[in-house]
Amino acid sequence: MIEIAVFVLAAAAVLGGALGVVLARNPVHAALGLIGSFFGIAVLFVDLDAHFLAAVQVIVYAGAVVVLFLFVIMLLGVDRSEDLSVEPLGGQRPLAGAAGIALLGVALATLFLAQGDGDVVTGTPSVIGSLAGGENVALLGRALFTDYLFAFEITSVLLVIAVVGAVVLARTPRRRAGDEQVEP
Amino acid sequence: MNVLAAIEVTVSWYLVLGAVLFTIGAVGLLVRRNPLVMFMCVELMLNAVNLTFVAFAKELDDVGGQAVVFFVLVVAAAEVVVGLGIIVALMRRKPGSTADDVSLLKG
Repeated sequence: MIEIAVFVLAAAAVLGGALGVVLARNPVHAALGLIGSFFGIAVLFVDLDAHFLAAVQVIVYAGAVVVLFLFVIMLLGVDRSEDLSVEPLGGQRPLAGAAGIALLGVALATLFLAQGDGDVVTGTPSVIGSLAGGENVALLGRALFTDYLFAFEITSVLLVIAVVGAVVLARTPRRRAGDEQVEP
Repeated sequence: MNVLAAIEVTVSWYLVLGAVLFTIGAVGLLVRRNPLVMFMCVELMLNAVNLTFVAFAKELDDVGGQAVVFFVLVVAAAEVVVGLGIIVALMRRKPGSTADDVSLLKG
């Protein structure tokens, strides 16, 4: 009973926030809808025994990512409502709706046609490690630093590349007298 | 009350929710023209996939699914940093531009 209530409330937050992102005319409202959606997903993560990921979801997504979005919105001064009633490309919205229905249909058909004996999930359980073997954080940390160690190290390279890329993109080329540098 | 007590939240519920969330994100990406909002829709799609991964991790009793979500988080953070940098550079060059204005690579 309580599980159903938690799921329904969290799912309502997720879907309501998502619809808010798509339908909001003001980008700031879209960012707020995104926060609602992320919080709902964090609740569902707790429900699914992913405690560390729930905390990270709130800190990284609802915290850092959305704040970065809001920061860029304010920096660029695009925090005014757009006119969504005009449709610059003819037939874009009906086609997008049809594509969405097709996508959802394929996903749900895959889900329910794969259902053999009332079980959606196929595969071998506990390849990396069981979730029942202890604290979630300890289990996840052990998996990351043993089986996924190489991927974890590559992650650091990815982050360095992202930082360098952001610096290069945000830099304004400065020209001095006698500088023969060509405009990039 | 007894009917509700008999219903159990299964993994299918989470998978259906993930599919619906992914679809909303995809349609939003196709419909909206503001590059910032399109970017938010990409985040929604990433989160739908994360939810699916965690649901499968719970059902298969495997912590590997959660490890993959960790990496998706890192990639999403890097993607946001670079993507917002591109959007800032774009808007600086041409204020109020939409995704349609980014057509320099069009043949």
